[in-house]
Amino acid sequence: MTQPLEILPSRAASIVEAGQAGGSVRCGKVSVAGSVSQRACVFCGSRVVLYPIADALHLVHGPIGCAAYTWDIRGAQSSGPQLFRNSFSTDLQELDVIYGGEQKLERALRELIAKHKPKAAFVYGTCIVGLIGDDVAAVCKRLSAETGIPVLPVASEGFKGTKKDGYKAACEALYKLIGTGDTSEISPLSINLMGDFNIAGESWVIREYFERMGIQVVATITGDGRVDAIRRCHGAKLNLVQCSGSMTHLAKKMHEEHGIPFKRVSFFGIEDMSAALYDVAKFFGGEELMDKARAVVRDEVAKIYPQLRAWRDDLHGKKAAVYVGGAFKAFSLVRALRTLGMRTAVVGTQTGDADDYNTLREMCDPGTIIVDDSNPIELAKFCLEQDVDLFIGGVKERPIAYKLGIGFCDHNHERKECLAGFVGMLNFGREVHASVMSPVWNFVPRRAAKHAITPTAGAPKSKEAVA
Amino acid sequence: MSCSSCTNQPVTPEVFGAEGEHPDFPNGSTNPCKLCTPLGACLAFKGIAGAVPLLHGSQGCATYIRRYLISHFREPVDIASTNFSEDTAVFGGRKNLHTALDNVGRQYRPALVGIATTCLSETMGENMPMLLGEYRAEARDLPPEAERPELVHVSTPSFKGTHASGFHAAVRAIVTALAGTESPGATAESRLAIFPGMVSPEDLRHLRDFCAAWGEDAITLVPDYSETLDGPSWADFIRTPPGGTTIDELRALSHAKAALELGHSLATAPITAGTHLKTKFSVPLHRLGLPIGVRANDAFCTALAEATGRELPERIAAERGRLLDSYVDAHKYLAGKKAIVYGEDDLVAGLTVFLAETGVVPVLVASGERNGRLAEAIFTAAPELRNRIEVREGSDFGEIEQRIEELKPDMLIGSSKGYKLARSLGVPLVRCGFPVHDRLGAQRIRLLGYGGTQQLFDRIVNALLEAKQEHSDIGYSYL
Ligand code: SF4
Ligand code: SF4
Repeated sequence: MTQPLEILPSRAASIVEAGQAGGSVRCGKVSVAGSVSQRACVFCGSRVVLYPIADALHLVHGPIGCAAYTWDIRGAQSSGPQLFRNSFSTDLQELDVIYGGEQKLERALRELIAKHKPKAAFVYGTCIVGLIGDDVAAVCKRLSAETGIPVLPVASEGFKGTKKDGYKAACEALYKLIGTGDTSEISPLSINLMGDFNIAGESWVIREYFERMGIQVVATITGDGRVDAIRRCHGAKLNLVQCSGSMTHLAKKMHEEHGIPFKRVSFFGIEDMSAALYDVAKFFGGEELMDKARAVVRDEVAKIYPQLRAWRDDLHGKKAAVYVGGAFKAFSLVRALRTLGMRTAVVGTQTGDADDYNTLREMCDPGTIIVDDSNPIELAKFCLEQDVDLFIGGVKERPIAYKLGIGFCDHNHERKECLAGFVGMLNFGREVHASVMSPVWNFVPRRAAKHAITPTAGAPKSKEAVA
Repeated sequence: MSCSSCTNQPVTPEVFGAEGEHPDFPNGSTNPCKLCTPLGACLAFKGIAGAVPLLHGSQGCATYIRRYLISHFREPVDIASTNFSEDTAVFGGRKNLHTALDNVGRQYRPALVGIATTCLSETMGENMPMLLGEYRAEARDLPPEAERPELVHVSTPSFKGTHASGFHAAVRAIVTALAGTESPGATAESRLAIFPGMVSPEDLRHLRDFCAAWGEDAITLVPDYSETLDGPSWADFIRTPPGGTTIDELRALSHAKAALELGHSLATAPITAGTHLKTKFSVPLHRLGLPIGVRANDAFCTALAEATGRELPERIAAERGRLLDSYVDAHKYLAGKKAIVYGEDDLVAGLTVFLAETGVVPVLVASGERNGRLAEAIFTAAPELRNRIEVREGSDFGEIEQRIEELKPDMLIGSSKGYKLARSLGVPLVRCGFPVHDRLGAQRIRLLGYGGTQQLFDRIVNALLEAKQEHSDIGYSYL
């Protein structure tokens, strides 16, 4: 406990400080062996992207774990079918590993498609499938011909790259659907929303803003996703790509093959949300559309601003650590925290690239620690050194924050709070305020010393005092 | 470095039954009622003082398992991974394993590294004892002998076994590796050893308490994650949280006074940590069910009486009396109520045997485990249930759902994974076991001992009363 927390030498190049000279952040590499990376695998990346397609069958081909750990844990919502919330796995057993799992996969697909009548099926390959050499693509092709629905292999073997490669594999699978549907009755003012996963209904919020501007949303990919909408989404005139890491690949392909331009946007925070609306208005042109965008922004900001200002008074000068999957989300969070009067003292991502880290260096205050693919020990060290009041991350980071007596806001796919759009900024502010301003921090050991609340003989220990 | 695995055979969870296939569901699983084998191993390793689990395979497995454990215990759970890449899958994991051991050693300064394999490394056929042997022989810049961590390896392919079998395999690997390895002349006291199985931190604490009432103030619990996975708030970052069975305690197991191994199903497993101590060191072994309910606790007390030579302590007798008294108070509320019980084999066996005492009929008992022991374990401990209930191994929620209409249960008992089903049926779910991801305090759910049974019993009765109250038009406030 008194030993200094050590950074592995092989990790040092992945950490920099804003405002300091030095080379760029080492990133995009496979995690160091033996480091407790917060990253997942290729399969995880694919699963995140495709999971919200509600009327598809998602079959995980492999042993049980990979499917079990991704069963109904995400906050993605559907306005209709709930099929996606089940966990289907071929649950490979020893004999399958020895003799191959193709037959089992075929039987499982046949049975599940007959039973659930999905609009399409995705078959995810996991690590050992890549090793035992099952020809998943061939099985999918057979079943597709037999059942008449698209059965799409997702090449997501966990060890074949990082989460980013999983995004790409998912995009490849999606791309096979695109262009197969009817594009009649699509407005010239039309867009696809890409890379929003309808966590706690976020896609609905965003869709509604655009509809108010008179813009048709052809497909939400993949939040509240539907196979038929994806099949015809090449009829849209513009792709809006949020969560840049996961969907840029698909947007680029659609640009090349279908001539649909794309814009990278973010729906988190007032600034970024407004910019997204203005960007779209600018793209389609015309003062009228821009006026409509301004009206949406004006109305929505008016609804949330007084409350945000009240919270800002309380939160002014508090410090936050941010550790999230993609860099675009990190940018938005740095800005959104500023809106709340807070400073980002530590910021890191699992999948950022060199450009992303340069952007972070520019936008953060001097002294901010910037890190790629971090681990619990590093994150704890940074939080303590910077004495932060809030941690923004996912479930894996939560206990680090809580154990050290630091507030926490979940900004991952598992969250059940809508944080996108203007209403999302309000929810974000509420959550941050609720956590940072809680009285419990007065009692936790890290802070108790400052407040002179320490257990004396006969008094309960700090733990009981909190409980 | 004392590399245990070089001298011992790797420990593999046992698989029984027809090639691991479920006769009715040969084509895979819908909504599993089990997790994967290394998860159980990691949990067991978390109960050893200063231990860090290391998974030999790709990154995803470790991260998924961490997140799953974290969501249940709400505590940091660090699990390192050897981080396979495509090259590793082709050329083998030797370099990754060695680098990982170096890095884990440097960052965590562990007392023990628990190395569990994954499906990937198992399918590749990684020769773990050899790789670990090489590590010991080759690594140069290691700390002095005394500060090097123990390396314990367990083989945990998920294509045979579940998280429960992975847990037991890891406990067995730990005990096999360390029991009897004290330096000559060490004079540790002879203690009672308990292998409690996959129980909650609260139950672990309770087992200590229970034994203290019998005059056994110091017992060796393997594993003991009562503090490591349910600890206090920290002032500073702690690499490996305090608590856990110490290496010295593990070494001294060879001359334990007696060993108690809990779990109705585990009790008929061919080789376990307990049988190892018995055959190798002649430690008297009591193989019992989880002490849930009057009968199982009576058996537990009988074993303790035999092991300690003492009589039933008054305090425990009073707890037993209160439990029985509440059985009587509630018997009419429970008569003929039907429950579906699901989860790990030892847990569902324990719950089922207890429910049978109360008048509740456990109409369907389902486990994801496929070791062929569950039904017999239940019927041996509660013969009155034979031919009256369904017991299913290799089951999943897809299968349970298919039986619901016919069985019309009044309640579900098991992990939070049954919530969707309970909700669609409009019946209560009494949460216990692993995981509980939708409530606070999963670490503090008590089931064991007369006292733990009491808490469970009250929860079951009250869940049914509450359901009755809610569904009644009148809404009596006096029941
Ligand atoms: S590959 Fe095996 S060990 Fe890894 S998550 Fe899947 S089932 Fe578990
Ligand atoms: S086995 Fe592979 S695909 Fe499955 S969780 Fe592990 S790393 Fe990911």
